[in-house]
Amino acid sequence: MSAGTTKLDVTVSDVVPVNDLVKRFHFRRADGGLLPTFSGGAHVVVEMRDGGTSRLNPYSLMSSPLDTSEYTISVRRDDVGRGGSLFMHGKVKPGDRMVVSYPVNLFSLDLRAKKHLLIAGGIGITPFMAQTAQLAAEGGNFELHYACRTASLFTYGDVLSERYGKRIHLYHDDRGEKIELDRLLAAQPLGTHLYICGPAPMIEWVRKTAAEAGWPSENVHFEHFAAPQPGLPFDVTLALSGKTIRVGEQQSLLEAIEAAGVDPPYLCRGGVCGQCETNVISCNGRFRHNDHWLSEEEHRSGRKIMPCVSRFEGSSLVLER
Amino acid sequence: MTGTLIEPTIKSRPVYGTLTPQPGKDHLFIADAEGAAAILDLAEAAPADFFAGAQIVFIPRETGAFYLDRLKALHPAQYYEGPSIAAALPRLRQTLATARMGLMLYLAGTEGLIGQAMQAALEAGIDHMSIETEHRGSLARRVQCVHCKGITEDVTTQPVTCSHCGLLLLVRDHYSRRIAAFQGVCVNAEDRSEIPPQEEIFR
Repeated sequence: MSAGTTKLDVTVSDVVPVNDLVKRFHFRRADGGLLPTFSGGAHVVVEMRDGGTSRLNPYSLMSSPLDTSEYTISVRRDDVGRGGSLFMHGKVKPGDRMVVSYPVNLFSLDLRAKKHLLIAGGIGITPFMAQTAQLAAEGGNFELHYACRTASLFTYGDVLSERYGKRIHLYHDDRGEKIELDRLLAAQPLGTHLYICGPAPMIEWVRKTAAEAGWPSENVHFEHFAAPQPGLPFDVTLALSGKTIRVGEQQSLLEAIEAAGVDPPYLCRGGVCGQCETNVISCNGRFRHNDHWLSEEEHRSGRKIMPCVSRFEGSSLVLER
Repeated sequence: MTGTLIEPTIKSRPVYGTLTPQPGKDHLFIADAEGAAAILDLAEAAPADFFAGAQIVFIPRETGAFYLDRLKALHPAQYYEGPSIAAALPRLRQTLATARMGLMLYLAGTEGLIGQAMQAALEAGIDHMSIETEHRGSLARRVQCVHCKGITEDVTTQPVTCSHCGLLLLVRDHYSRRIAAFQGVCVNAEDRSEIPPQEEIFR
């Protein structure tokens, strides 16, 4: 067992449809006690037992860190994903018992900041729900710029505007509204920290623009939403455990390793924390690297893989696991 | 000529790099004495319009007029020459208080200058990892006496007499970024008559 994989037994206390694509799930501790404290930006890994299939997906906690009577997550339905979000949307009902991990924060606020500039795209808003609640309670200086496709899919845009008024700036893609990033970045006081959560191209755009404008990397924080992607089935030999396993189409390599009774370390299950990094002993084929942990050079070397999000296509793969 | 190579001893002992032009349009240089040479070396590698958005704060100390013409010839947007680090610090704090993100800070020269300018920058919310530093010139240390908390500037000897309380201090490599000083601890607390030989080792 690695840190952050301690489990919590919870009861689904409510399921709330937010819009056509997003549902919110409320969890309370099954024994009625308080949940562990967390800070804005933390996520939990939700275990989804769907018949014989077991999926473990990370979701940002979006409830206020000041309230540990419940955890809430918001799940966007992904009709072409591995089925985790479809399971949550279609099968999870109030009263269900589920298992979630202790919270882990890989996207925390830097509380030395003079100001926090938050930039969200789409469902990337969820960690900022918790962070804005935390900052507002501490009298923190923040400003949120949030872009979404249409008004009907503007998850929590209305809630945020009502809570924080002029600190919230909403941009509708379908109305041609764009974040004026150059101007926004140039206007920030020294000591501002920048946080970005949203689709990969948005994160790249903001990081690149900030770097060119002279923002040091120490002040720029981001979280990728890299849920494991489905792919072709493949076979893997685990050399240390002496097992050969098959990774199913809708299964991540990490889940397949766990299903075989091997217990590798993990933390984020989203390709960013580095805990599950695994050495490749030999391979014949090509990797589908989907992580943000290994360097490009390591990706090219074919000597390492992050089994939580990355896959393989080819005739043989032997891992040091 | 290049920056001083400082052997890392313990983790808190600062080490310094080589000033390198960074992205952005707003560059603030603070240097004393031989630190001017680090700015001049950087200028050779910098893009053509780099100093158009630069401010240079220079404290010549014992170098007198030696670097002045060459620094001014870089045509920075602003140039300030000060008689001492202490005199330049309030100006630096004022500049940082009204600065915007995108400002890059470059510190060059003695450890006392780098440390005190960095201390002001940390208070303004700049992460120490994002500051360009280069050590040039004297290795004299700024030392805080752990007993009376007084600070003695430009310490070159080991041990040194605290300029505030008079205790004989062993100068350690233990450094505080918050205080911008090395730690000095009484070297003969058990027996004040024991006076170890004094050597000039921080030159």
